[in-house]
Amino acid sequence: MKLLTHNMLTSKCLKGVNVGYPLGIVAKDVKVLETEFNSEFVSRIIPKLDWDTLWNAADSIGHAGDLPRAVCDDYENDVEFLKKVHHVLVEVEVIEGELVCPESGRKFSINKGIPNMLLNEDEL
Amino acid sequence: MTSQNCKKYLFWFANEHVDFRLPEITSIASLFNINIRWLEKPNQHPYWVVELPSEKAARQIASRSVGLRSCMELWAQAKTEEELHKNVRSYPMELMKPYFKPDLSFKISVETFCNRQSQAEKVTKIESFSYLPLEGPVKLNDPDVCLQLLEYYGLDSNHIPEKPYNLFFGRWCLLQIADGQRDVITKLSLKTRKFIGNTSMDPQLSLYMANQALVRNGDLVLDPFVGTGSLLVAASHFGGYVLGSDIDFLMLHGKTRPTRIQQKKHRDKDESVRSNMQQYGKDNQYLDVIVADASLPLWRPSFKLDCIITDPPYGIREATERIGSTKNYQISDHHLVGHIPSKVEYGLQQIYQDLFQFAAQHLKMGGRLVCWIPVVRDDYSEDKLPMHPCFHLVANSEQALTTYTSRHLLTLEKVQDPQMEYTGSHVNALMRDFRAKFFHYGEEHRKQRKLRKALAREAYMQAISQREEDDGNCVGQNEDRDSSSSER
Repeated sequence: MKLLTHNMLTSKCLKGVNVGYPLGIVAKDVKVLETEFNSEFVSRIIPKLDWDTLWNAADSIGHAGDLPRAVCDDYENDVEFLKKVHHVLVEVEVIEGELVCPESGRKFSINKGIPNMLLNEDEL
Repeated sequence: MTSQNCKKYLFWFANEHVDFRLPEITSIASLFNINIRWLEKPNQHPYWVVELPSEKAARQIASRSVGLRSCMELWAQAKTEEELHKNVRSYPMELMKPYFKPDLSFKISVETFCNRQSQAEKVTKIESFSYLPLEGPVKLNDPDVCLQLLEYYGLDSNHIPEKPYNLFFGRWCLLQIADGQRDVITKLSLKTRKFIGNTSMDPQLSLYMANQALVRNGDLVLDPFVGTGSLLVAASHFGGYVLGSDIDFLMLHGKTRPTRIQQKKHRDKDESVRSNMQQYGKDNQYLDVIVADASLPLWRPSFKLDCIITDPPYGIREATERIGSTKNYQISDHHLVGHIPSKVEYGLQQIYQDLFQFAAQHLKMGGRLVCWIPVVRDDYSEDKLPMHPCFHLVANSEQALTTYTSRHLLTLEKVQDPQMEYTGSHVNALMRDFRAKFFHYGEEHRKQRKLRKALAREAYMQAISQREEDDGNCVGQNEDRDSSSSER
């Protein structure tokens, strides 16, 4: 699971949960894989991100690196900045671990990089 | 005639999926902001004459279109050979001359659609153009300029006319095969794909869908019923960054029974949506797949996608399910670990209701939802299709499935944000009972076939016994006839 995806996921499917965001991450295996940088893609994603969630998520798994705590102005033209964002968004992957609902504590497991958000029948 | 920059072009299409051509070309034209003018209403013929603002526009369309086989700058068209030559001679010389220069190699080729020609015939036809003042050298392989005579003999190979119905002459715009997309279909063939399943979409149709969704470089694309990811493969081909979700845990982990006819009992260890993306060099565009129930909220409300491309389950070859139970109970803790949640049927009507609502919420304004919808043909009419107030129906193309059912590819464009809770009143009876009807008709069909076979068998037995009777009457005339024949 990439941190870009984590930035968008919630546990709102659970009965009784109001927002279910952001999900906590318990990482057992994290991989870093170098991926082709596409500045257009990164520039367009940045306004969609919840920046604090991104930074905190990266930090919680020890991969915040030198990612700034806030988005800089004119980020579209700052290639260095875009590359740092690219790294955290798509190059860091949680392969084994868990996502944790912030309201109920319910855990969703991540196996082989794929999060399992299925609920049990009594949780709907 | 027309504005000075617009020229006539001939689009030549592959002879299949006719209903999908116009939507595809229209979508691509809007993607590149091309003003395309149809000189005749698009029809069943595999050729269309259009007006385009430039050759660049032709190349742009060819760079995306899966249905287009080739494109030529049209210099002349006619119904007879004589008329064609007359029209070629009257095409403005200043438009032809740039291609006749001595430093440009050329060749003239002849294509006959739905007919054969001998080498001698071909040569005669080529020589009939010798009046053209071509100064460059002839080069058969990869020339600078390729002029083409196209003869159209209709669509019925059983009734080929003496003379072609239409003749076209012009200059090929696509100099390399790579300029078109037809070879991509082979490249992405399911036969060679790493991870496939029962419902993997064939490359041509999945590429159509990606074109209909206007996938652009850097777009965020989701398939909420991702299966083996065949639609995402197509989206990534046009530059999309892809996400998928599916309720089937085993499927996404590549642990379902293999569907290929082969000796192996198990799939390879690394079969997955991701492995498909890796196979085509698109791993950097693979974001994630998630095991999730598409009927439940998963993403934060402000998450916006550029495109949603999907083929929901129809309930025929795969189950339509969501998490749930008709019972009301609590699962005790020691049962929880390893519990596989039970599922209830997820009605087709409900699937589309949820999908449309989801798309209305999570698509950007102007973003497109492209999805298939199965229908029983007898019941179908366009006004019965499920609709949603946030969407405008851009295109609707049919593909036959069986004699009594087909599926429609819908292209829906988001035109407004959801205002209030959608009650789904627009999703109507068309969707209801599709699965029941599918099997009902199938059952009827089978019953009729059985009856027909039984009647045929009876008739055959009667004919046999009649013949034996007749033979029996001849016994007296033919003494060496085997007496046991009448016992059969």
